[in-house]
Amino acid sequence: MRLILKGGRVVDPSQNRDEVADVAIVDGKIDSIGRGLAESPVTSHQSPEVIDCTGLVVSPGFIDVHCHLREPGREEVETIATGAAAAAAGGFTAVCAMPNTDPVTDNQAAVGFVARQAQRAAMARVYPIGAISIGQKGQTLAEFGEMVGAGAVAVSDDGKPVVSAQLMRTALEYARTFNIPVADHCEEPTLAHGGAMNEGIVSMRLGLKGIPAEAEEIMAIRDMLLARLTGGHIHLCHMSTKGSVALIRWGKDQGINVTAEVCPHHLSLTEDAVGNYDTHAKMNPPLRTMADVEALRAAVKDGTIDVIATDHAPHHNDEKEREFADAPNGIVGLETALAVNVTWLVKSKVMTLPQLIDRMSCTPARIFHLPGGSLAKGAPADVTVFDPTADWKVDAARFRTKGRNTPYQGMTLTGRTHVTVVDGRIVFRAPN
Amino acid sequence: MTAPLGKDLLGLESLSTDQIQLILDTAEPLKEISERAIKKVPTLRGATIVNLFFEASTRTRVSFEFAEKRMSADTVNVASSGSSVSKGETLVDTARNLEAMRIDMVVIRHGASGAAHFLAQRIESNVINAGDGTHEHPTQGLLDMLTLRDRFKRLKGLKVCIVGDVLHSRVARSNIWGLQKMGAEVAVCGPRSLLPSAINEFGVKVFDRVEAAIEWADALNVLRLQLERMQAGYIPSLREYNRVFGISRDRLERAKKDIVILHPGPMNRGVEIDSDVADGPFSVILDQVTNGVAVRMAVLYLLSGGKAELAVSAKGGGE
Repeated sequence: MRLILKGGRVVDPSQNRDEVADVAIVDGKIDSIGRGLAESPVTSHQSPEVIDCTGLVVSPGFIDVHCHLREPGREEVETIATGAAAAAAGGFTAVCAMPNTDPVTDNQAAVGFVARQAQRAAMARVYPIGAISIGQKGQTLAEFGEMVGAGAVAVSDDGKPVVSAQLMRTALEYARTFNIPVADHCEEPTLAHGGAMNEGIVSMRLGLKGIPAEAEEIMAIRDMLLARLTGGHIHLCHMSTKGSVALIRWGKDQGINVTAEVCPHHLSLTEDAVGNYDTHAKMNPPLRTMADVEALRAAVKDGTIDVIATDHAPHHNDEKEREFADAPNGIVGLETALAVNVTWLVKSKVMTLPQLIDRMSCTPARIFHLPGGSLAKGAPADVTVFDPTADWKVDAARFRTKGRNTPYQGMTLTGRTHVTVVDGRIVFRAPN
Repeated sequence: MTAPLGKDLLGLESLSTDQIQLILDTAEPLKEISERAIKKVPTLRGATIVNLFFEASTRTRVSFEFAEKRMSADTVNVASSGSSVSKGETLVDTARNLEAMRIDMVVIRHGASGAAHFLAQRIESNVINAGDGTHEHPTQGLLDMLTLRDRFKRLKGLKVCIVGDVLHSRVARSNIWGLQKMGAEVAVCGPRSLLPSAINEFGVKVFDRVEAAIEWADALNVLRLQLERMQAGYIPSLREYNRVFGISRDRLERAKKDIVILHPGPMNRGVEIDSDVADGPFSVILDQVTNGVAVRMAVLYLLSGGKAELAVSAKGGGE
């Protein structure tokens, strides 16, 4: 099995590579990168498939450390197969699935089920994340060891905060044993209670209960301090405030084992997107202010925030089509992440394209200890080919995900996936 | 015919000064209809209006119903307890079903902020917001302004302080937007735990002490303090609230001038307002209720496509 990605701009920040070249893939591994590989004599009896990548970028496949695939429990909203197909269409070669399924993915059998469904789908790789606590109830620690044995790459009670500081302490200590990050949904629940959007001018205007930035920041600092106490790896999910950025910067200066992620929507939109109660702009944490967006952009550029993750959260239209306060939190993100990031970060010169690829591929692989994130010889052939200049209009009806809940509907964005290769197989090819 | 207010009345924030002026000026001659022996004009004859009340309301519902009936509209009242809403039907399905019966207008009261916007975006009928969650209650804001204008003959430069639970008050928001557009000076006064944290960015004065508010204001709009706020821990007790923020005759008498008192009702006598103030000479609380009918007639008339200059003739040939 040979595949040659010919003549693209090969950008691999893991090797400081940025040059026009061919990428040769043999038997699911990166074989070589160089000029004229498509013309070199074929040694095996099989002739290679050659994909012309002229004018396109060839990069290590994107890795999303935070998405919700809803299976088991809400298969009408998303399945592992549809989610993995959406991921592939968005240029993701691997995604990490959060455990807030029904039942909760809190034991080795449940983790194994996610892994098996992902193998069956054979699209993007899906790495399960196990729950921190049984049933995400915040009381009893789940069996991290067995879950890791079944394929879990991290633990998280995402969607719910770990209210007990003692439980979080134990989780961080126990996770060290298995060298996995604890992915932290930072929300002080009494302060955020009943909130539907960012607390501020817009929430006051709309008469909606607000969620103050402090609800996130209090938990971010608490859990960084617990990481300091335990030496465990705390990974702060979906950071949304300027204050959180300052706290993470402090934590890293202190040498605390902390990493952090930010979502494309928090880098591109503000609370104004709520407009007149648009539930497609409702998520948790909520869209914040321009000052927050600017701080987050600076943080993801300078590495204070390590990675960009989607928090892809499909919901049925019937659930979103209701009164704002009663609508569920979350938006889909897998198929818009690349374009949102290119449009708001690269095109607007917040960061370079290699920096974006690093935040979407190399660093996620490194901090979650995942294969991929590199085009080094012998690395798994997980590769994304995309056009960083192509404009396209977002039409949710064409998504691979079952979710249609996007705030970018109808917008013209820049940057589109052409080919996604996982393990040397083409799992997505853009229709012409 | 293009309606001067557009399709819906959802809030005062989105109205222009001219539109508010138009509603108040239209309401003025309509007041007289309610003073007649036969309180009926044919203006909205043949129009069907549904009063969709998802929250308990006496004053607002009855006021809308009188306004509709005095203009000869056909009206139906739907309360959430007796409707398919209690069987789990969504708001949008309820509305679409009503509209399938070919109605012209919906008056909606709902506990969720934005419910009126939600409805207005999804149905063709005119939608009038009769109070949505903690967002807006535009006809209350309008009738408060009409009452103040009656009393002071102007709104520009008038100093109005809204006292109490501004955080959860749709009346407060509609008053802030409406009064500011009409050139009044607006202040709020209440415990900081019941004021929005972003209040300073709305161009209103903030008084921590009600004595200072009384010293400053020409009129006080005293908000209802709901018992639930105490249960939710926003304030320690109604007793202390009355002692610190209650509007008493004693406090008013220390002011250098007479202060006009408004209250959107229903009142908690002895909590936010004392009876001798509510029933006193400077209370316009019942005038507000009377004006409510005229303001709602004006809104119905203008949304149905009525022209401002015809408001006088809309009174019918009774004079």
